[in-house]
Amino acid sequence: MSSLCDNEAVAVLDSCRSTREAFEVIVNRHMKDAYFIALGLVGNREDALELSQEAFYRAYKHFDQLNSKGKFFPWFYQILRNLCFSHLRKRKVRRASSLDDPDAGEAPVEMGDHFDPETVAERSESKDRVWKAIGQLDEKHREVIILRHFQNLSYEEMAKVLFCNKGTVTSRLYYARKRLKEILEHEKGGQNV
Amino acid sequence: MTCQDHKELMMAYLDNELDDEQRQAFERHLASCSECAKEMEEFARLKQVTDSVHLVEPEDRIWEQYWDHVYNRIERGLGWCIFSIAGILLVIYGGFKAIEGIITDPTVGLLLKAGLLVLLVGLAVLFVSVCRERVYFWSKDRYKDVRR
Repeated sequence: MSSLCDNEAVAVLDSCRSTREAFEVIVNRHMKDAYFIALGLVGNREDALELSQEAFYRAYKHFDQLNSKGKFFPWFYQILRNLCFSHLRKRKVRRASSLDDPDAGEAPVEMGDHFDPETVAERSESKDRVWKAIGQLDEKHREVIILRHFQNLSYEEMAKVLFCNKGTVTSRLYYARKRLKEILEHEKGGQNV
Repeated sequence: MTCQDHKELMMAYLDNELDDEQRQAFERHLASCSECAKEMEEFARLKQVTDSVHLVEPEDRIWEQYWDHVYNRIERGLGWCIFSIAGILLVIYGGFKAIEGIITDPTVGLLLKAGLLVLLVGLAVLFVSVCRERVYFWSKDRYKDVRR
């Protein structure tokens, strides 16, 4: 994962004949990271695939904005996260308007309920609970948990992709884990995780 | 250092992000502070559970077709762009020809011709106004050079 923040975009562009060819190399290199990050942020496979591909398309459209010092992944990550968060907001609005609909007589759905448990490998009750709890975290907290636990990024790499310093990463992780612990304890009826 | 400072170091300790000196200092604090030690234990348990969650790897064909799907979007985006430009050009040309036809047609009443001209003047004023507003806000935008 250490290549995520390298100056690779420039090197790839230098070694390829066209931008399209260079971009194909970059997509093949980062598609798994992009998909799994999107999956962690939105919680289901179809949306994650769609959003990660859309992010690459948008990155291609604005490839010229990546200046010569450009580190591709931190720049791309901003596009991807903005897309994912905007998708979640739209989903929330759609849900709110469907609840206003008098014909929709369903019980309110929590955010974590959109986190498809089928996404988790070798499922167990505790893993399902953690996955659902991650889905209930707010955006900023969820992304640090995803980057740390699912992408195994170091604090320095996280600071690069989040455009903040290591202190902010540490502090955000502290509050994210604290909140995650609270959600899990609440679901277990006040017991420890 | 206060307990609050140590609480944030807890994360770096948990994730092996401390150097030897910091780690030893933190362990000394843990040995002397039962509250932090208890919290640390809880966080370590949480980390263990969270680390045990792995996501399902999609089938190979998803990765094999991934670039094709991205490329299709790129191609389609280009197609839409060309289609839109051609559409706009045709609409402008068609509109121009239609107006020309009406203006030069001696059977069309003067009132209709005058109405059409006023409509065009109105549209031109609206267009200039919107453009001027856009340029004004763009020139005042402090973040216009920030790459999003």
